[in-house]
Amino acid sequence: MGARRYVVRKALHAVATLFFVLTFNFFLFRVMPGDPIALLARSERLSPDDIARQQAEFGLDRPLLDQYIFSVRQTLTGSLGLSLTTAKPVTQTIASRLWPTVLLVGVGTVLSVVVGVFVGTKGGWRRGSAFDTSTLYGSLVLYSMPEGWLGMLLLIVFAGTLGWFPAGGFESGGLVGFDRAIDIANHLVLPCLTLALGYVGSYSIVMRSSLLEVMNEDFVQTARAKGVPDRLVLRRHAGPNAFLPTFTLIFLSFGFVLGGAIIVETVFSYPGIGLLTYEAINSRDYPVIQGVFLVSSAAVIVFNLFADLAYGYLDPRVRDA
Amino acid sequence: MREAQVTGAAALTPRRIAWTRRRRALATHWATYRRNRQGMVGLVVLALFLLIAVLGPVVVPASALDPSAAEGVPLSAPSVGYPLGTDNFGRSVLALLVSGARISLLVGFAATIGAMLIGATVGVASGYFGGTRIDTVLNALTNWFLVVPWLVLAIALATILGASLLNVIVVIAVTSWASTARLVRAQALTVRERTYVERARALGAGHAHVIVTHVLPNVFPVLFANTVLTVALSILSETTLSILGLGDTTAVSWGRIIEQAFSAGALTAGYWWWLIPPGLAIVAVTLSFTMCGYALDEVLNPKLRER
Repeated sequence: MGARRYVVRKALHAVATLFFVLTFNFFLFRVMPGDPIALLARSERLSPDDIARQQAEFGLDRPLLDQYIFSVRQTLTGSLGLSLTTAKPVTQTIASRLWPTVLLVGVGTVLSVVVGVFVGTKGGWRRGSAFDTSTLYGSLVLYSMPEGWLGMLLLIVFAGTLGWFPAGGFESGGLVGFDRAIDIANHLVLPCLTLALGYVGSYSIVMRSSLLEVMNEDFVQTARAKGVPDRLVLRRHAGPNAFLPTFTLIFLSFGFVLGGAIIVETVFSYPGIGLLTYEAINSRDYPVIQGVFLVSSAAVIVFNLFADLAYGYLDPRVRDA
Repeated sequence: MREAQVTGAAALTPRRIAWTRRRRALATHWATYRRNRQGMVGLVVLALFLLIAVLGPVVVPASALDPSAAEGVPLSAPSVGYPLGTDNFGRSVLALLVSGARISLLVGFAATIGAMLIGATVGVASGYFGGTRIDTVLNALTNWFLVVPWLVLAIALATILGASLLNVIVVIAVTSWASTARLVRAQALTVRERTYVERARALGAGHAHVIVTHVLPNVFPVLFANTVLTVALSILSETTLSILGLGDTTAVSWGRIIEQAFSAGALTAGYWWWLIPPGLAIVAVTLSFTMCGYALDEVLNPKLRER
């Protein structure tokens, strides 16, 4: 009944959030030490023509409100200004670095969700078992580790001492077809493992605690009472219901995984958005940092919207709330 | 129940009674906490690190941290004179580690205090005025900070503010208050509906009185456990920012030691003694804070035991 209203409300909320990001981004850019024009002039890579173009693009000679409207319009049409170090459009720079990050974050998320859900389910179902206690402590330790440092340890051991995997980069280059795919996968192993280890703990803890909660519900008791085998109680009755909170967490933690990708890419020199961010920090390339902030926030907001809609579809109760 | 015994004595004012009750509650809570083994292990480890942080300047003279005054052979592996080896300036890594405790814990605590002040203020205001326009605005703000990817926001803020210890603290506080605000808001919303708050209001109590005497004491247990958990996250955040080169370059925190080792090529050259100890220290401290936080949560919020 309320399905359409639910979708509309959530979508409007996402648009409002995105708009706030745009506004925040605009003002962040204005409070920067030194005005934008002086900053552009400092950059050696930009020719006077570039600077004039950039000024026109941001409407820097007009009143603040005009500038704001202008900047929002520019952003919405996909223009994020020029990089101060390469003089190339920021949009293009980010686009060229997108795929490695999508690959890393995608595979890392899938890996940590699969392992986390498995570990959490197994632990929660046999609460207090040796498996449960050891994985619970393991999750806590992983959660307490700085991700970058974990990556460095893996790099020293598996790339340095053992030499099983390459120490960094996206691919070796010069390969084609199947060999290239294998090479890319080989480069992906360590960064992906670091990212997955960082998040597997939170998935397993949430899955475990929601399973513990579900196990006390009436429908699980009923299933047991009517003689459903233990294995099927878990698979048909308790498991799917316990998975719901974990499912939302996957989308909600997307922002954190993205943050993790920045540090992991830095450690492994993996040429994605994260390494781009690190390079931009070191060269104080503000337009690129602003662009990354905008693009990643937009991605997270879209994922959140998706989580809300999927949750509303899976659990009709929240639609009416 | 316990108040009944106390009110027997005639000279007791309501305030006295309240304090007696609080002292007793504290004693019971401590007794419960002591039975929690994880919580006690965490507490002991933390006490140890706090001691190191406090005594740091006594044990390690400032000259031991001065790159130009370093006496050791640069990048030498652990030996009797230098139990954890030396860095690229020839400074003792052990000395760096000891003085790093001070900076890392300082950032962790200071950022947490900042985050708690913002989170509690926003949460209490939002919850207490639940349903009004104030709540709508504050809640939207909270949700926005929850949604936006924290590290990217932190990077944007840190590059603009510049690298100093205070700025690192500000950046971490500004990016990590939102979950606290949400927690506090939920608690404040339930407190607001309780009968005694209604009674106080009927007797003419103003907003300030109700917030100070009724809402805050009820929010405090939730806030306290959350505070301890936030210190752990703040220390991790400081490490992340330092590794990305956004930390204070003059303050040697544990994160900064890792960053310096990383930049000096410790990964390829295998200077493990320089890279591993600061990381282990961070793990020990954050793990202890997390264990203490969970234990406190169980003691103070038995009904909220979700995790």
